[in-house]
Amino acid sequence: MAIPVDMPKLSDTMEEGVLVAWLADEGDQVSAGDVIAQVETDKATMDLEVFDDGVLLKKLVEEGDAVDIGALIAVLGDEGEDISPVLEEFGVGGDAANGAADAEEAEATDEAEAPDDAPATAEGAPSGDGAAQQEPVPAGDGAPEEDDGRIKASPLARRMASQNELDIATIDGSGPQGRIIKRDIEEALEAKEAAPVEEAPAEEDAAPAVEEEEQAPAYQRPGDVVSVDDEDLYEAVPLSQMRKTIARRLAESKFTAPHFYLTIDIDMEGTIAFRKQLNHLTEEQERPKVSFNDIITKACAVALRKHPDVNSAYLEKEGEIRYYNQVHVGVAVAIDEGLVTPVIRHADRKGLAQIAEETREMAGRARDRKLQPAEMEGATFTTSNLGMFGIEEFTAIINPPSACILAIGAIRDEPVVKNGEVVPGKRMKVTLSCDHRVVDGAVGSAFLNTLQQHLEEPMNLLL
Amino acid sequence: MAELQFREAIRAAMTEEMERDEDIFLIGEEVAEYDGAYKVSEGMLDQFGPKRVVDTPISENGFVGLGIGAAMNGLRPIVELMTWNFSFVAFDQILNNAAKIRYMSGGQFSFPIVFRGPNGAAGQLAATHNTSVESFYAHIPGLKVVSPSTPNDSKGLLKASIRDNDPVLFLESERMYGLKGEVSDEEDYILPIGKAHIVREGDAVTLVANGKDYYIALEVADRLAEDGHQAEVIDPRTIRPLDFDTIIASIKKTNRCVIIDESNPFASLSSEIAFQIQERAFDYLDAPVRRITAKDVPAPYAKNLMDYYMPQADDAYQACRDVMYL
Amino acid sequence: MASDSQQTSPSATEDVQATEDHEGFTKPQNEDARPDPLDLPDALEFEQTFKVYRGGTVGHEELGLDTDTLLAMYRNMLLQRRFEERSLQMYRKQKISGFLHLYIGQEAVSTGSVHSIDVGEDTIITAYRDHGIGLAMGMDPNVCMAELFGKKDGCSKGKGGSMHFFSKEKRLFGGHGIVGQHIPVGTGIAFAHKYRGDGKVCLTFFGDGAVGQGAMHEAANLAGLYDLPIVFVIENNEYAMGTAVHRAFADPDLCKQAVPYGMPASIVDGMDVFSVTKAMRDHVAMARENQPSFVEVRTYRYQGHSVSDPANYRTKDELEQKKGEDAIIRLKSYLVQHELSTNEALDDIDEEVKQQVLDAIDFAENSPLPDLEAIYEDVYSQKDYPFLA
Repeated sequence: MAIPVDMPKLSDTMEEGVLVAWLADEGDQVSAGDVIAQVETDKATMDLEVFDDGVLLKKLVEEGDAVDIGALIAVLGDEGEDISPVLEEFGVGGDAANGAADAEEAEATDEAEAPDDAPATAEGAPSGDGAAQQEPVPAGDGAPEEDDGRIKASPLARRMASQNELDIATIDGSGPQGRIIKRDIEEALEAKEAAPVEEAPAEEDAAPAVEEEEQAPAYQRPGDVVSVDDEDLYEAVPLSQMRKTIARRLAESKFTAPHFYLTIDIDMEGTIAFRKQLNHLTEEQERPKVSFNDIITKACAVALRKHPDVNSAYLEKEGEIRYYNQVHVGVAVAIDEGLVTPVIRHADRKGLAQIAEETREMAGRARDRKLQPAEMEGATFTTSNLGMFGIEEFTAIINPPSACILAIGAIRDEPVVKNGEVVPGKRMKVTLSCDHRVVDGAVGSAFLNTLQQHLEEPMNLLL
Repeated sequence: MAELQFREAIRAAMTEEMERDEDIFLIGEEVAEYDGAYKVSEGMLDQFGPKRVVDTPISENGFVGLGIGAAMNGLRPIVELMTWNFSFVAFDQILNNAAKIRYMSGGQFSFPIVFRGPNGAAGQLAATHNTSVESFYAHIPGLKVVSPSTPNDSKGLLKASIRDNDPVLFLESERMYGLKGEVSDEEDYILPIGKAHIVREGDAVTLVANGKDYYIALEVADRLAEDGHQAEVIDPRTIRPLDFDTIIASIKKTNRCVIIDESNPFASLSSEIAFQIQERAFDYLDAPVRRITAKDVPAPYAKNLMDYYMPQADDAYQACRDVMYL
Repeated sequence: MASDSQQTSPSATEDVQATEDHEGFTKPQNEDARPDPLDLPDALEFEQTFKVYRGGTVGHEELGLDTDTLLAMYRNMLLQRRFEERSLQMYRKQKISGFLHLYIGQEAVSTGSVHSIDVGEDTIITAYRDHGIGLAMGMDPNVCMAELFGKKDGCSKGKGGSMHFFSKEKRLFGGHGIVGQHIPVGTGIAFAHKYRGDGKVCLTFFGDGAVGQGAMHEAANLAGLYDLPIVFVIENNEYAMGTAVHRAFADPDLCKQAVPYGMPASIVDGMDVFSVTKAMRDHVAMARENQPSFVEVRTYRYQGHSVSDPANYRTKDELEQKKGEDAIIRLKSYLVQHELSTNEALDDIDEEVKQQVLDAIDFAENSPLPDLEAIYEDVYSQKDYPFLA
């Protein structure tokens, strides 16, 4: 009697699976427990095991085909056995190999591929054993037998998921009866952290953290996984608390504050000359050198004084917009574990040398993890500088509850037209990310114009 | 420190306390002339004389009640039960008199009394002589129940029990009387009642076991260590009041728990521990609490059946692996 | 002495010798005098005489009771009676709940017994029909009534109720609810007296029903074995709940229960306080010499077993006949006849006692309910015991 192999339900939310790879050929002898194919579900690539012994008589789907749960994938049986009763039972015609990929399913596949978060968590795939345990055997008619809609998860797993704002429904359980357990959550968190989702570059921008990139686990995209052993796909590094906090805050910002971005190109020749002069003085006085970033911090602070709308916060819970009377500029600093933003308080009132000293001192302590939490709180505006990495321009995610963040690119040599002649020039692009709930385009632009003015004629800063 | 047998440690505790306080006496079947059915009180008659080491007829209801009355009237009896299996003919004395008179008298009378003797299974003795009494007695408000696992603990805990002003039931084991261990010879070596002992620290799974099962827990922890997993082993030492805080703190660390309990399973010590864990550490559990108990049947006689009846290290080891999802 | 009783016939009237004092409680293992059990006699004969203290045979002079003491006894018996009559009323008014076992009719037993001991030094333990003994020992009727009301000022802080009167001060060791199970405790109390050598004795009261319990027999054996200063007082009020003595015991002469334990025993008319006093004094004297003994006091309860018992198992005639022998009326007549008091003076006492009981009810009414926090108090001596929530 020929035995049908149909598409199992491999996750609680799965409706169909893509057969990504066949691991057995027609005519192969297989035994119960053998993996004959890999199936990509909405969440993971899973092993497809058989539950009977026999010869793989027929494959009914091609690699890459999407197959509904319960639809026929293959037929097992004795060598030379007639498989037509099985095909009839499943309503598969003579051209069985192509039968599964009808138009409707093709459409569904497109949909499934569209959301970019799905593959992002795909690598939290449980090991083969766990998958086998949870693998339900669908009824002959393809109805999902065991799905009563209840998600089994250990209490600890539920709590961890809730703390990390993970939707437990998107996680595969590797425990008995598919119970989601602690390690599943840990894997999901790793996957979420390490997955190359679209927002990831923006997060990295906010933190000029080159070390972070070096640390990032070697990770393969789902598309690369086809015939690679699961074990080699990644190296798991447990989430640090800081990483969790960064993730949570940035996600919250990005998803709740509607960002828009304004970029302006600033002529930095004036600032370069100004800085040279300044540092003659600081050298004489044995004070730390003033960096371009320090000058930009000061320039932002002075501009914020003129544009209080930008020095603000949209507070939904409180039902108010807060316009700050003080100017506190947060300066993003990359450290080993991630990103921190020490705050230069009253930056508008402080001299450049003092800003330079404070920034240097706090950044140093930040790297030693000696910064007090209070020193990282209360920024009314933030800057993030990736210029030292040669980044020309980028967009940053707003550091809530501030209304704006300034992403600072590298100062670059550029031919510029001056007085009708092309001459070498120094230019820098900055991009202001604005929370549209409180800062409109014109407001943001006016702020940037003032900033530009101050940096092109830095003597303004002394006024 | 001296190396003593379990029985010698118990004897040392009784002897030291009786030397210290004239109001303490030992009473029970065969404690005097016979030198103790399990030789726990060997030599004590010679040292203390028949006034303070008192033989009784086979009359548990009588002499248990007598001890209670003597305690009520100001003495500090140590009542030896040849085994706890025989305590049930005196159950009412313990349940209604030792435990409750203090309450019913509005606190006028106290019961500084220790009932002690071997508990639980002792081999192929069939159903009547193999009862583990922890849950029977720990169920009763007004009592304290102590279960030492090592010679040293038995000394420190028995001295604390004798000095305690409430009725303490002290559960020993025939199987452990010959066990040797280093025992403190400090004069005032007291281990507090109601405090559990974290015997081994670990983060993989919490193993809770008392009495004989303590040794199973250590064996299982060794095997898990060979697999690369560090089990935390907790010896409750006191069954009532049980030190749930220590167990809960451990569960919060390990997220899983296996209890080894020689009692029959229904409404047993392990039931209560599991209940407390789900109530106080629900969000920390990554797996159901498991327990290894005696089978849910009377103890059988035949050797293979009796072995099968008792908690087994293999089962406990497998339960640990199960809760660790290995 | 105890070990000899199988061969000889000690009588309670004999001046009982102190038992031979060996060093401890248990007899030495290899006593030379011990006869060879296999050396059988031609016949084993046994005979024991039990003294009977009939009513009306003892007067106050013989007992050395002065007028003040006699009036105090009268007052005390009346207090028990009036206290319980009002208790019954309060029960019906739902001021008192649970079980309420009344002692009415048995007052001579408590009062006579108390006048045989040194109250506050010697000890008493009894069963659940305990109001009479408590009041006889001098417990404050206010705190006793408050206990029945379940109030904070009750003798057991409202945690014991009717069956569990205790007074450490008066040395009443309870008030116990499980039939017969307090009897071993009584032997333990006596054991402690002997252990300390304080010369005190323990009266252990129980009803006829308790004689059927193994605990009584174990306790009696231990007392006989250890020569404890104890008097086992069987308050035979003819019914164990609704079962008459002759329907519960193969031998309804309950005093004979002393025989197997090698003790003397007596029978006393419990409706005559002087007989009770006399008998109890004799037995207390034995106990002070470490001779345990039994006293069977024949008495009668007028009420049912508890307030819910209509006592249909006996006839009205029987009850009326017993009431004709009422101990309080008997004492009153005695006092008047012997010109120790007058009807008027005695009626005045009655009025005072009635008022005292009404005051006790007032006290109980006005006493607060126990604080809820008190539920966790007095379970353990340990103050910080970690109760489960």
